[in-house]
Amino acid sequence: MSGVEGYMYPNEITLYWSVLIVLYPYITGLVAGAFILASLVRVFNVKAVAPTYRLALLTALAFLIVAPLPLQLHLGHPGRSPEMYFTPHATSAMAMFGFVYLWYLMAVLVFEIWLDYRSDIVHLSQSTTGWLRRLYRIMTLGSQNISPRSLAIDHKVGWIVTIVGIPSAFILHGYVGFIFGSLKANPWWNSPLMPVVFIFSAMVSGIAAVLLLYMLTTWMRKMPIDMPCVDTIAMYLFYIFILDFSLEMLDLVHRVYEADESFRTLNFMVHTRLYFSQIVLQICIGTLVPILLLAIVQVTKLPALVRRRIYVVSGCLVQIGVFAMRWNVVIGGQLFSKSFLGYTTYKMALVTREGLLVAIFLTILPLGILWVLMKLLPPWPEKEQGSLEPAA
Amino acid sequence: MSLTKDAGHLFRFAFLFVVAFVVFLLVRHFVVPKSFGEYGHYRGAAIGEIAARPLHYAGHETCETCHADIAEAKKAGKHENVSCEACHGPLAKHANDPSIQPVKINTTVLCIRCHAESAAKPGGFPQIDPVQHSGGVPCETCHQPHNGL
Repeated sequence: MSGVEGYMYPNEITLYWSVLIVLYPYITGLVAGAFILASLVRVFNVKAVAPTYRLALLTALAFLIVAPLPLQLHLGHPGRSPEMYFTPHATSAMAMFGFVYLWYLMAVLVFEIWLDYRSDIVHLSQSTTGWLRRLYRIMTLGSQNISPRSLAIDHKVGWIVTIVGIPSAFILHGYVGFIFGSLKANPWWNSPLMPVVFIFSAMVSGIAAVLLLYMLTTWMRKMPIDMPCVDTIAMYLFYIFILDFSLEMLDLVHRVYEADESFRTLNFMVHTRLYFSQIVLQICIGTLVPILLLAIVQVTKLPALVRRRIYVVSGCLVQIGVFAMRWNVVIGGQLFSKSFLGYTTYKMALVTREGLLVAIFLTILPLGILWVLMKLLPPWPEKEQGSLEPAA
Repeated sequence: MSLTKDAGHLFRFAFLFVVAFVVFLLVRHFVVPKSFGEYGHYRGAAIGEIAARPLHYAGHETCETCHADIAEAKKAGKHENVSCEACHGPLAKHANDPSIQPVKINTTVLCIRCHAESAAKPGGFPQIDPVQHSGGVPCETCHQPHNGL
């Protein structure tokens, strides 16, 4: 049979979880990682990365809006998805995710963004005209009070929201790893380290994404890049990357040392079908090279231009590496037979509902949403002092 | 200014949440079937609806009331525990009105559903390569399915 090597049970030949299920944890990881970067400013008081605070929140929101779409497209019947809320099934991790998603979207992200932008929204509701003015007026919820005391209250409440948001972000993304890690029947997925590895790789991809977006948007606006800001982000990225890589290696070493009955099969798979995506893309190009590049910046004194180029290259490689990690988990876990006697092949479609074009569209869509959000709620620090003066 | 006034916008945001929650409860009230959760995580009324659907299978006890000779022959063979309608299909209409004749079985197709060779089947299970074994000749030409030899 084409694409099948050795013996596969009949229900294992076709992969049921497609590239969209790869995309889903990648997107939620970006959400969680971007939020963690924002929390560095709000909770951990890392002033140097403040220029990216608002951008990180908007990035998280843009990607979170798109996060359920891969699942909706994969499952079909989107009209049934509200059932998850109307008749909740408390013992299903997948069903409970609906509540985690809604909580994180409304009680954490939207609320925190609203609190942080409230002063700007009030100013914009006075300085704009037409439908924009009406939109901003709706966003003020009818309150024009931006007295120092009310803003101080916003700041305190925002701090609490971020504190609550950090575990919420971990739950949002850790749940994906939790589902894979809980599947006893699949030795490639079944590991208690899976949620932890997912969370750390999420932080790496989200922080790298905001770093790239900050540099890209600043370059597009022809503004100078705040080097202490990007240097600090790169430093945090480097440290978290080290932790992430250590955890992934710990998982790998544990599997090698444990060497249970599935080991030979999985080992063969890593050296054949997953060699390019796991060894080459995920570990070498997507992890070791960016760690090495970021380490060089940490231990040497390079000119700003070189550092910026290193950050761009590292950021792009991190995205490739983390996407490859999601790919290897989701697709890799379906390539081998539970009989441990055979392997199948994933044939990605091009223009179907779960094909490559849809996956590319869903990857670009959050960037479009982010562009709209940035037009509506400019995240740039200089806007706060400059163009957002109230109308006379 | 009082705290209530300076935190008024927060109450407005909280009020939005309360309104959204009330709307959710209202919608839920109308869209969730009344009998949902009566016995478990499903519509209680579904049991009655399913029970009210017409029966298609008669059950092997019904078949054996008229076809006692076949039932006796089956007891001697490997197919003792295979129910009549597993091969012959649903026969409630035939049981209610014997003038309605069951569809004639094509053993060339039916038998290999179970007996086609497959590495996933236990070694002792009778299995053949249908092309090599019979070349399309109907199985009952040589085998008696009711005593399964």
